[in-house]
This record gives sequence, structure tokens and C-alpha cells, in this order.
Amino acid sequence: MARNPEQRDLFPGALEMMILQSLRVKPMHGYALVQHIQQVSEDLLRVEEGSLYPALQRMLKEGWLEAEAGISAKGRPTRIYRLTDAGTRHLEREVAQFERMFTGIARVLAAATA
Amino acid sequence: MGWIRQLVSRRRRYDDILVSVEEHIVERTEELMSRGMPRKQAEQAARRAFGNVGLIEQRSREVWQWPALESVLGDVRVALRRLGKSPGFAATVLLTLAIGIGANTTVFSVVDNVLLKPLPYPGSDRLVSLWLNAKGGGLSNFTSGLQLSPSMFFTFSDHNQSFETMGVWAPRTSNVTGLAQPEEVRTALLSDGVLQTLAIPAALGRWFGQQDEDPRGARTAILSYGYWQRRFGGDRAVIGRSIEVDSQTREIVGVMPRGFRMVDQDFDLLIPLAPDRAHQKLAPFFLNGIARLKPGVTIAKANADVSRLIGVWMDSWTNGPGTNPHYYETWRITPDFRSLKKQVVGEVDQVLWIVMSTVGLVLLIAAVNIANLLMVRAESRQQELTVRAALGAGRARIARELLTESVMLGFLGGVLSLGVAYGGLRLLKAFGPTELPRLHEVRLDGFSLGFTLLLSIASGVLFGSIPALKYARAKASDALSGSSRTSSSGRARNRSRSVLVVSQVAMAMVLLVSAVLMIRSVLALRDVQPGFRDAGHVQTMRITIPQALIADAEMVTRVQNEIADKLAAIPDVSGVGFAASVPLDGFDANWDQILVEGQNLGRAEPPMRLYDYVSPGYFAAMGTRLVAGRDFTWTDNYTVRDKVMVSENFARETWGSAANAVGKRVREFSGHPWNEVIGVVEDVHQHGVNEKAPVIIYWPVMWNNPYGPKIVPDSQRFVTFAIHSERAGGEGFLEQVRQAVWTVNANLPVAGLSTMGETYEQSLSRTSFTLVMLAIAGSMALALGIIGIYGVISYAISQRTREIGIRMALGAQRGELKWMFVRSALLLTMLGIGVGICAAAGLTQAMRALLFGIGPLDPLTYVAVPLVLGVAAALASYLPARRAAAVNPSVALRNE
Repeated sequence: MARNPEQRDLFPGALEMMILQSLRVKPMHGYALVQHIQQVSEDLLRVEEGSLYPALQRMLKEGWLEAEAGISAKGRPTRIYRLTDAGTRHLEREVAQFERMFTGIARVLAAATA
Repeated sequence: MGWIRQLVSRRRRYDDILVSVEEHIVERTEELMSRGMPRKQAEQAARRAFGNVGLIEQRSREVWQWPALESVLGDVRVALRRLGKSPGFAATVLLTLAIGIGANTTVFSVVDNVLLKPLPYPGSDRLVSLWLNAKGGGLSNFTSGLQLSPSMFFTFSDHNQSFETMGVWAPRTSNVTGLAQPEEVRTALLSDGVLQTLAIPAALGRWFGQQDEDPRGARTAILSYGYWQRRFGGDRAVIGRSIEVDSQTREIVGVMPRGFRMVDQDFDLLIPLAPDRAHQKLAPFFLNGIARLKPGVTIAKANADVSRLIGVWMDSWTNGPGTNPHYYETWRITPDFRSLKKQVVGEVDQVLWIVMSTVGLVLLIAAVNIANLLMVRAESRQQELTVRAALGAGRARIARELLTESVMLGFLGGVLSLGVAYGGLRLLKAFGPTELPRLHEVRLDGFSLGFTLLLSIASGVLFGSIPALKYARAKASDALSGSSRTSSSGRARNRSRSVLVVSQVAMAMVLLVSAVLMIRSVLALRDVQPGFRDAGHVQTMRITIPQALIADAEMVTRVQNEIADKLAAIPDVSGVGFAASVPLDGFDANWDQILVEGQNLGRAEPPMRLYDYVSPGYFAAMGTRLVAGRDFTWTDNYTVRDKVMVSENFARETWGSAANAVGKRVREFSGHPWNEVIGVVEDVHQHGVNEKAPVIIYWPVMWNNPYGPKIVPDSQRFVTFAIHSERAGGEGFLEQVRQAVWTVNANLPVAGLSTMGETYEQSLSRTSFTLVMLAIAGSMALALGIIGIYGVISYAISQRTREIGIRMALGAQRGELKWMFVRSALLLTMLGIGVGICAAAGLTQAMRALLFGIGPLDPLTYVAVPLVLGVAAALASYLPARRAAAVNPSVALRNE
């Protein structure tokens, strides 16, 4: 997901989690998603388009998102992606898992330095 | 069900992707422009940042796809489009395939139905034909072995331990009167046990049982489905009605279901054999035996079981007082039972396998040709393929695309071939060999369709894999340098095509040799003088006079004589006669020994001889030449004066010459009066021109019957008339013939109307059928082989135009250039012929039984065919070579 080779995708599912979390804030179209993630992460993360669009389709297929015809910020026709209930549930499950894993990693790292 | 909805909504998903991506790029562009970048630069930057738009869209779409299948479908679409762009190529290939595969499907359906499928009776694997050998009985001419006698039936069915059920039957014809015009119908005489053995229940009414086989019981009959429909309109109330068969009233007790046949015979009526146990002797042998083996009993066990009963049979019966019942020990009767299917299929399997391999070989040649064409196409795409390989397309990916195209061609060809196969089957049913058993069962079924599918895909893979293997592994550097302007084509490029041409020539050689062998056999067969002449103008017709219609023996002959006189009075009739059996009619009137006066054979038994019973004028009508002596007269007949005629081969063998035979005396049984030989006629090929003409003893139609308790004058009730007329076979003539018969007796059906010419052609049908199939295959192989050679040479020339230019610029002579190309074609042909000769010498051994007058290694054939192939190859290569030599060197060098 990251253009910079030093900013690797940490684990599978991270991109999806971020997309879901972003869409939880409000429904967005593709370009807005890229912008949003970049801004919120303060330029630490940039979503690569090559990953974004296939990922969006995968998530549509899983039923976590819905796509509807809409208008972009600049008034052009595009597709707006919206989180479904299934998507919300999936996101919560993923976040919980992620936090557990993150805690685990943090503990291991803390033990190593102690 | 989700996947169906997904499939339907996919189009919309794809649009969504396109719209999203497009908007993304535009928005990015505008943002860049708002930072002061010029539009053009901004657009480029936006696209560059986005990455490969096409690829990303593709990846996004793939989420909704089944990638492997969809990409194959994509290949199919591409291949279809590519084929659409070269309709000539597509049409050639598809037509070749449709014919090639269609021919294979046709023949396979026949092979499958005739040879592979079980007979249409339940548990048919346990059905056996009770075939007896009698090697010591001088029966070498009995092609069906020794048939059973009624007494054998009684002994075997009383004492055997091997059969669940067994029975005997014999095909006959009978006259049915009282329904419409008198009609001769096909009947089968059945003993008890035959229907029980075949185990097909009656469609209506019942089978024959014990009560029907009582010779003094009620007379009954069973109808075939066809006869029931034809004569009774399928009336279900037919059971219990009566029918006049051979002037006897019989009660209809049953109707057999549609499609039921008596083993290998169609029939109209089944009639109980009803043999009288009290009056049986050892002989006569005229019945076919069938049995159902008990579970677990093998044919070998059944043979051993019944072989023990031969002795019991000779102990239980006699041929009359004063005869030795153990006389038949000298015949060495041994059971040689065989599966009923083998009996039905007979020797036709050989023809079918030959035809099957022939059409298979043609398809192979066609596939090789198509491989050649595909290679030329792949060659012209070489640059494209190389570029794709250089850009990272995997070998497997390229090979898959090439293979997709060819498998699709194969598949489309297969679909088209079904039409060809359907037509082919109809043609085969109409013109196939008449003796082909079970032909009526043949149809295109699921099995044949599966075979077609398999064959189409297999041939697609076969002709596709050659170019696919070759071009998928081509190294980029080779191809790019190989076609550069300064060099001519490499040797390696043409090698695989040369191998294909060599194999094509070899296969064509095998087919042509087989075809020429068949042609020479047929010519040799047609050269044989069959013993009758002007066959197309000899009308034959069967008349049967049943006992119940005319009881008196002499009266029978007088009626026949009167019919002959009436027939002779028809305008344009130049000769009339009749006989118990005519050549090639598949019926032998009688067989027995003949004793020659003054001949001492010591203890040896005289051999069995074929008998026929002929009227005065029969030989003249048939065109059989009288070699010595004279013909019978009506006086000879009515006075029953113990006269006889013999065939020329018997006269020579016995008395040294035909002339010597006249006045000599022979008899059937010792102690009986002698019969004087009054005439000798030329040899007649009674059983077909491919068999040696048998010795025939000709008795008058009225003769002294020695088979009863005492010798009495008797006549032939079942005779075939031969009428020589220019108008034979014409409908008007046939009507006059019928009227002539009916003015004598209106109750006599006229049956078996045919000309000797037709009978003769039918007797050759197996050979002619094989010939036609091989000739078609051979000419197709020759044509395909020539096209193959032409293609390879002209392609090689087109590749070497530059080289030709250089050679000519350096002073090469045109003649030499031409010769160079013709020589390379001839070299390939020679190699092919060499391989082909070896293959043909091996494979044609399988045809041995079909050949006549020549061996499978007939030298003339093996000289002529390579010569023809060589000339054809030279011609095929000369045309493009001449074109090459006519090239202007400066044009050639500027080429490309």
C-alpha cells in the first residue's frame, strides 16, 4: 500500500481496515479516500491506487461496502462507497483483533528492551 | 445462486470501476493544475502517479471473475476474432475437420453398434450358438458348420447339464393367403425353448409353449410387430384370429415387440417346429441351435458336456433299419459353441476394423495438414509472439493461446462433423454392404457423440501442440535475428514441417496401397466367369407350392411346367427354366455323397457333394454353357428315368474329361439303381466368385426320392425361376410375370423378384464397400499429401526468395534452381515412401481375407503406388519452383 518502500504494509488487512474506518466517518469516493487517509495519517501513509481499486471491489463482493452513483466534490459523476452493517461488524472485529495483536507486539518489544 | 446475480450485475460493476477511476484521475489532474501545473503536464503526472490504468482496472474486474476460465474465454474470443479475419483458412480447416471427424463418427457408430454393444436380449452374454464341427464329413464347404437335426435337439435338451434353456430354429419362407394378394412371408420355425432362451416377452398374447410343439396339437403362429402393423393395422383383437399359412389354418397366439429379431433374421411369422419324436432319425441337419448357459458355466464346459452327448445321440436314434447309427463317428462331430454375438457379427468385424483404421488414418493426415497450416500462421505471427515473449509473456501463456485456437478449431469442426456423420450414416444404411448385421440398430447415440467430442478435442490438441511447442519455446534472439534482412531462413525452421510431410506421405502410401490392392482384387473378382451370363437380363423369381395346396408330386411339376410355358410366351422372353437353388442365392438345395460306377475308394468315404435340381431349359436361361452331352427334357422328368448332369470339374476329376463323362453312371446310395450322366455343364460359382466353384450334381426337378422308406418319384416344391429377357427388371415386365403365374394358380405368391445382375452385385457388396471406402480414403490421402508437399515447398521458396536472388545474381541457372527445389521435395517423398512401404507391408496383412487373386505384398502395387506418389510430389513442387526461378534477381533482393 505504501509507495515508499520503507513504509510497508504491516500486515494483511491493514488497508481494508483503514478504508472501512474512513468510510465509517462518512461515505466517500475513491479519490477522497486516498486524500483522507493521507491527511489523517499526516502524510505517513499513502494509499496506492493499484491496491485501492481491487480492494474496494473485493470488499463490495464481501458485502462490507455498497457503491452508489454520486457526485464528487468537484461535481463530476463518480461512485460513492458506503459502509454496510456487515462492514461495520467486520471492522469492529478487525480492530479488536488488531488491538490485541498490537498490545502483544508492544509487550514483546517492552520485554526485549527491559 | 449468488453467482448468477453476480454474473448479471457484473456489467454494472465494470462501469462503476471505469467511472471511479476516470474521476480519480481527473480530480488529481485538477488538483495539480490548481497548484499551477499546465494541463498537459498535470494530466501526465496524474496518470503516472496512478500507475497502469488498464492493469488496475483489470485487477479490479478480476475480483468478480473466475480468473482462469475468464482468461481462457478471452483467448477463445481472440481466437474467434482471428479466425474471422481469415475466413478462407477457417473454412478450409473446418471443412477438412468436419469431413474427417464426421467419417470417423459414422464408422465408429457402426463399429460400436455392431461389434461393441451387446445383443438386444437380456443377459445376452450367456447366449451361445450351438455350432458343431464335422471335420471328417467332407463338409469343408459348409460355411455354417454342421447344423443340428431334430433328434440332436431331443438328445441335447433332454440330457445336457450346461444350459438353462435351449432351442433350435430354422428360417423359412411361407405362403400366406386369404389376407390380400397371396404373399410370401419370412417365417422362422421354432422349437420349444427358443423364445425362452432369447427371453424377450411377447408384446401381446403369449410365447409358444409345450402344447404348441405337439405335432398333433392345435396349429398356432406368432406375428412380428412389423407384420402385425402391416397386415392387421396393429389391431389388438388379432389374438385368437386365424391366418392361412401354406394353406394351413393357424391361430394367432401372440405378437412380438417392435425390434425383436430372430438372432440375425427379420421375420414376419413365427411357427412352431413341432418335430414328431416318434418319427425322428439321426439326419437331417438343418436347424440352428441356441442356448442360454447356466450361470458360471463356460463355453468350454458346455462343449465338453455336449460332446459326451454325441455318443448318446447315436445310441438313441437310427437312420432306418440296416444302417449303422455310428456311421457319423467318421464325421468327427465336435461341439464348437460360440457366443451368439460372434455368430451374428460373423466376419464383418474385419471389414469394419479396416474401414475404421482407414478413416482414422485420413483424419491423422488431415490433422497433419492443419498442423502445417497452423505453423505457417504462427510463423507469420513470429514477430508478434517474440515481442510478447520479450515483454514478459510466459511460454505457457503463449502456448495456451496457440492451443486455444486449435482446440477451438477442433471443437467447431466436431460440431460441424455431426451433420456429416448423420448424412454418412444414412448413406451407409442405404448403400452399405447388405450383409452388414445389426445395421438397423445403428444410430448416433450418446456414446458416438462422446466419441466425436473426444476426437475433436484430441485432434485439436494434436495439430495444435506441434506449433505451440515450437513457437512457445522460440528464443527471442533467434527469431529477431532469423528474420533480419541480411540472412536467409535457417534450416531448423523447416525441419518440423518436413517431418510432417514425410509422415503424411507415409500414411498416404499405406492408404493408397490398400486401395490399389482392393481395386486389383475387385478386378480379379470381376474377371472370374461366374458360370452364368448376361446376368442383368436374367430375372429370378421364387415360387413355393405347399403340400396343402397341391399334394401330388407330379402335379407340382406340371404346374411349374405350365408356369414356365406361360412365362416363355411373354414377349421378348428368350429362355425360361427353374431350379431348386440358383447361384449366389445363399441356399443349398441338398448335400450328399455320390458313388461312381467302377470307382473303388477302398475304406475311404466319398466326399459330400452339392446337389441341385434343375428343369429343362434352366441352363440356357441362366447362360450356363453345356460342355458335353445334352440338357434334361420334360420326358426325362415325367418318366423319372434316372438321368443326371454334372459340373465340368466333377467330370474332369472323375473321368478325365467332360466328353468322357457322358454315358457314365453314378448313384447316391449303394444298392440303388444307377443314374446315367447325360450332360456336363461348366462350373458355376454357387457361393460367390471369391470361392472356388464347387462340384455340383444336377438332378431333374422330378426325380426318384431315395430318402423315404422306399424310392418314390418326387418333385421340388420350392423353386426359383430364371427368365431371360431384354426387359428383365422393368415394372411392366414384372406385372406380366405375376399375371402369368396367377393365370396358372391364383394362390401362388411371387417372391424374391430380382435380376441375377443385382444378386451378383450384392454378393460383391462387402468387397465393393471396402473398395469404395478405401478408394475415397486413398484419394483424399493423395490430395492432402500433395497439398502438404506443395505447401511446404512453396513456403520454403517464399522464405528463400532473397537466397534465390543472390544465387541468380551470382550466375545460377534457372533449371538448376528449379531442380534444387524439386529435389528437396522428392527427397522428402522418398523418405515418406520408404516409411510407408514398411508400414503398408505390415498393416495390409490384416486385409488378407479381403483380397482375391493377389497377396498383400502384390509387387505391381508396391511399384505403381510409389511411382504415382513420386510423380505427384514432383508436380506439386515443380509449380512453386518454376515460380521461384522466374523471379527477377533485383526484385528478389529488394524483397522485404
